[in-house]
Amino acid sequence: MNMQPISGGFSNAPLQSATAFRAVLQAMSRPGLWQAIDGAAPPAPLSQASGALILTLADPNTPVHLAGTLDCDAVRGWITFHTGAPLVAAQDADFAVGAWDDLQPLDRFAIGTPEYPDRAATLIIELDGVPAANARLTGPGIDGEITAFCPGDRPTAFPLGLDLILTDGARIMGLPRSTGLEFL
Amino acid sequence: MTAMDAYNFAYLDEETKRMIRRALLKAVAIPGYQVPFASREMPMPYGWGTGGVQVTAACLMADDVLKVIDQGADDTTNAVSIRRFFQRTADVAVTEETEAATIIQTRHRIPEAALREGQIMVFQVPIPEPLRFLEPRETETRRMHALADYGLMQVKLYEDIARHGEIATAYAYPVRVEGRYVMDPSPIPKFDNPKLNDSPALMLFGAGREQRIYALPPYTQVESLDFDDHPFVASKADHACDICGATESYLDEVITDDQGGRMFVCSDTAFCRSRQGDAA
Repeated sequence: MNMQPISGGFSNAPLQSATAFRAVLQAMSRPGLWQAIDGAAPPAPLSQASGALILTLADPNTPVHLAGTLDCDAVRGWITFHTGAPLVAAQDADFAVGAWDDLQPLDRFAIGTPEYPDRAATLIIELDGVPAANARLTGPGIDGEITAFCPGDRPTAFPLGLDLILTDGARIMGLPRSTGLEFL
Repeated sequence: MTAMDAYNFAYLDEETKRMIRRALLKAVAIPGYQVPFASREMPMPYGWGTGGVQVTAACLMADDVLKVIDQGADDTTNAVSIRRFFQRTADVAVTEETEAATIIQTRHRIPEAALREGQIMVFQVPIPEPLRFLEPRETETRRMHALADYGLMQVKLYEDIARHGEIATAYAYPVRVEGRYVMDPSPIPKFDNPKLNDSPALMLFGAGREQRIYALPPYTQVESLDFDDHPFVASKADHACDICGATESYLDEVITDDQGGRMFVCSDTAFCRSRQGDAA
């Protein structure tokens, strides 16, 4: 029997998901700053950070879209076993996970409606190492301005837009729709 | 069996916490916008901070240090009962010192001591919709927010001036967040409004009965609504504290007898006590 889907979850979900959530909350409220997040050991190619994010935020109420190489049996089985989240196409997703290129085109994802801008997808973008800063970030959560790496621009018509979480190994960086991006 | 064994960590079940956490993240991403959430029955009545308690429960980590205040005081019934609730259900450390706290749940005040990065303020909110008393229909207020159609609020403030000669709103004074959403800062005195602007702390707002969560990330521009010829003034009682002598803190007026005797004291009990310690 293949035991891989069963291992790699939180060993103490209430405490570990609380710690992981604080990392996400910090990431989204302080765009451009990297936060450590761990506790999950998902199967490759899913990163530790993405695994922890999914364990913390996804459940049967939140459709998840897997893009590119992440859309494999090992990752599908792990997410299904640990969260029960339905795996869906891009346009139906609350959360989408993948490399930047695999998630394109971004206009497939929900960006909310004027009455309910919260009904927008959150994209979890897997990076393999973080290149040098290439963008100037401004807006809520940023004291003045900060430079950081951003894989590219995203469709935003504030208050509508996509909220991004970049992952690299066991750390995350938030890029909410409220952040102004100026590529250098 | 202890209370910690009888309940999940921080009382709420994990599925509920996930739902609240997702709402919190969207609230942070859209500062000032009220995110609907499936508020739960809590073991306390509506009006006692069920929204704030749910937000705190969803944010709390085992090594957090929690402070709870009610109108600035650490020792009133509401503050004591919520603090004990989280001591029993999360076994979390508590404090009365603003500087030592990592999460501060508050009913209707922002502490006098400066907040710092990494701290989280959780506000208890009775009526989250700033336009509700001007327009009772949720469908209409939702459309007004969608269109950023806030003329009605300016008319209300203007009528205040026409009737009273000044903007008479003294608490729950409406603010505009990053030039977009008009937001109810909860019934804090307008004296506290300037502390919302560009704060290093994260501010989260929970309305349990009304099932709304909203947020102000750190370093967010928060402007109190006003007019060029009637600018916003953060007012307080024109006295010094009768206990610690502070002139810069928000004061409560306390009736001391039935002969008309009264005194003014700091509403922030921890701030007042720290100043008494300094003086001694």
